[in-house]
Amino acid sequence: MKAASDRIAERILLAVASTAILCLLVIAAFIFKEGIPFLLKVGPRDFLFSSDWRPDAGSYGIFPMIASSLWVTFGALAIGAPLGILGAIFLAEFSPPAVVQVVKPAIELLAGIPSVVFGFIGVMVLAPFIRRVAGGPGLSVLAAAIVLGVMILPTVMSISIDALRAVPQSFREGAFALGATRWQAVRMVVLKAARSGLLAGTILGMGRAIGETMAVIMVAGNSVKMPASPLDSARTLTANIALEMGYATGLHRQALFATGIVLFVVIMILNASAMAALKRKGAARR
Amino acid sequence: MNAHKLSQRVAVALLGGATLLTLAAVAFVIFFVLEKGLSQVNLEFLLSKPRDMGKEGGIFPAIAGTLFLSLLAIAAALPLGVGTAVYLAEYTRENGFTRALRFGTDCLAGIPSIIFGLFGYIFFVTTLRMGWSLLAGALTLAIMVLPTIIRSSEEAIRSVPESWREVSLSVGATRWETVRKVVLPSALPGIVTGVMLSFGRSIGETAAVIFTAGSSFRMPRGVFDSVRTMAVHFYILAREGISTEKAYGTAAVLVMSVLAVNVLTYWLMHRFIARRAR
Amino acid sequence: MSRMLPRARPRSWRVPVFIAVACGLLAGSCADRASSVTLAGSTAFQPFAEKLADAYDAAHPEIDVTVQGGGSAVGISAAINGAAQIGMADLVELPPDAKIPTAFVVARDGIAVIVNPANGIADLTMARIRDIYAGAIRNWKDLGGPDRLITVVSRESGSGTRSSFETILGRFDLADSAIIQDSNGTVRATVADDAGAIGYLSYGLVSDAIKAVKVDGLPCTTELILAGKYRLVRPIYFLCMGEPSPAAKGFIDYVLGPAGQASIEADGLLPATTSRGAR
Repeated sequence: MKAASDRIAERILLAVASTAILCLLVIAAFIFKEGIPFLLKVGPRDFLFSSDWRPDAGSYGIFPMIASSLWVTFGALAIGAPLGILGAIFLAEFSPPAVVQVVKPAIELLAGIPSVVFGFIGVMVLAPFIRRVAGGPGLSVLAAAIVLGVMILPTVMSISIDALRAVPQSFREGAFALGATRWQAVRMVVLKAARSGLLAGTILGMGRAIGETMAVIMVAGNSVKMPASPLDSARTLTANIALEMGYATGLHRQALFATGIVLFVVIMILNASAMAALKRKGAARR
Repeated sequence: MNAHKLSQRVAVALLGGATLLTLAAVAFVIFFVLEKGLSQVNLEFLLSKPRDMGKEGGIFPAIAGTLFLSLLAIAAALPLGVGTAVYLAEYTRENGFTRALRFGTDCLAGIPSIIFGLFGYIFFVTTLRMGWSLLAGALTLAIMVLPTIIRSSEEAIRSVPESWREVSLSVGATRWETVRKVVLPSALPGIVTGVMLSFGRSIGETAAVIFTAGSSFRMPRGVFDSVRTMAVHFYILAREGISTEKAYGTAAVLVMSVLAVNVLTYWLMHRFIARRAR
Repeated sequence: MSRMLPRARPRSWRVPVFIAVACGLLAGSCADRASSVTLAGSTAFQPFAEKLADAYDAAHPEIDVTVQGGGSAVGISAAINGAAQIGMADLVELPPDAKIPTAFVVARDGIAVIVNPANGIADLTMARIRDIYAGAIRNWKDLGGPDRLITVVSRESGSGTRSSFETILGRFDLADSAIIQDSNGTVRATVADDAGAIGYLSYGLVSDAIKAVKVDGLPCTTELILAGKYRLVRPIYFLCMGEPSPAAKGFIDYVLGPAGQASIEADGLLPATTSRGAR
């Protein structure tokens, strides 16, 4: 009787897990169904490597958008990942629990603030600041990177804290028994043990940065030119889709779906390399 | 030994600095919004309907719309997400299928919200003829937050010590009973973290919501009615330059709602942990 | 011995509450949808449409008027595919391949060209404006102003305001380096803060934060627009496939009637027709 319910539970859970991947497949199919015909017609080379985005004239080159997306994402990671992980280490390993109990919710509050609010603050405060201090229009790759970095901070930090906490205390105690200082224990034992969780947090943060649309539209400037410096205005792939989707028809609309395919592929490549990195370091969880 | 102690001091100082910087960012964002918006927020603002294109009156329909939409989305995503996480963590060994599944959820996490919005618009709103509606918006949001819930639930479940499972099985419990009574309760804090992050994200989501739930400023009477969430309302107010004061007021309400949700969840968790400790 | 709590326990009160709410929502969904009118499209006109819808609802509670946004092009496609009974579009000319037989002009809106208040320039010709936006003129000193790079601010390509702006100025290719913003509000904020910026927006949104320049010597005022002299003007269309349904017709009549037009004028737009009958 018990075994039967156990097997039923297993079947149900398998169905549930399959539904999740089914959703992914449906969305993927949807994007590809609209975008592939375009790629066949215009050719991936012209699409990906041309810098000429003028749909009215029939040219669809998204190279500047690809570059902009990469610049902005890595900029965001450069800000969000170190702050997030270092902060997580401080909170999980070096602070009394009372402090963490106050600080962690405060940071998770940041996660709840809508991206449009960040975007608006970026427009009202950050862009003018950049314009005054560093020049350029202010609405720039740098502004977008800072805003996104702050936005992904809670994601990275939250998941990192959980990952660090999940390392069994016995690991640390073993290090202490060998005479390590707390920092040495953290550096040599805990961080290695928590590595996959930390990476998971960073990957989710990266995913969020690549996919962010509203905040980027508001602060990055959205010009179709290839950005030559962090102070230049730029248009990411997501902004391109959002700005033009409302009015695009026919080949133009298909081009935007093809942009979606590019985003999709980029994300798959990022995730695959993350998984490969995990495998190489031999992270065995159990 | 001294060198080690010194390097520890330096390390802690740097780490603490990073934390302070993060907190400074949080404080700045929150105080900026509240300072400009709190003056707008009073009982009338919260409970009355808008007048004069949003220049006056309140945002009650938006508050209701936000609540309904997010709750519906979480209700759909939670069983799906936790179920998947349980299956991945408890019933399978690391193999090609689980790796593919995890890979798939990571990809889903990375898909931009705008693409979900388009998918929702074409699939739910148009093809399935739901129209711009609460239902279309909630289903779209549910798919969006699914990976977060799966990921953090799985991390939480995996962090339950193996010995606990072994003890449970050794006293005769089935695998499902072990999951239900031992693993899930102790993984609850991590699961709740994921749900909270997702709830917060769904409250703030704009791009996907505009395309699927629309932007009607009426009180929703059923799941097929269009709703405007607070985030969408803020976006529209700020964007069209109609009323910056009301926009900040809306943002202030948003921030305070998220604060309330967070506080409530932590309180619940502490109650739960305290009860279990007895 | 303390019982190990099963998973559902801490949320056990939520389940019945949720079911109750769900039933309520589903029951409400079975409302009669025959007498409902959905408008979709121009985000610039959306707030005005909502105000008109509210007023109309108060007078006719049995009719349900809902307003969505999305942009002028969504308005056109929603009208065509039936997602909306009325599509709203603020375009100077409707795209030729849009097969909309029925179009009503419900209002008109002027486009003001704006610069930062610190900018000394007060007057620009249409030719100069076009050169700036095409990227041919890059520095304010070429126009007699200070030595400062021009930051060109425009709207996204789906914007009715932008299409109208570019059509009236004469078709040109927007400069690659132009900043694109997706709304009037953010255009205004950008120009308000950047001393070298130039932009355009609905003239009802001009505020003290920015300065509207004269175009060909003419300031952007209601009188000059009504007189047909200020040329940056675009109409706002209500579009229907075929004849509008009775409910839709009722709303359109209200908007075109005295109460509707007065409301539109009070909020900074221009009425649909003038005494000269200009359309």
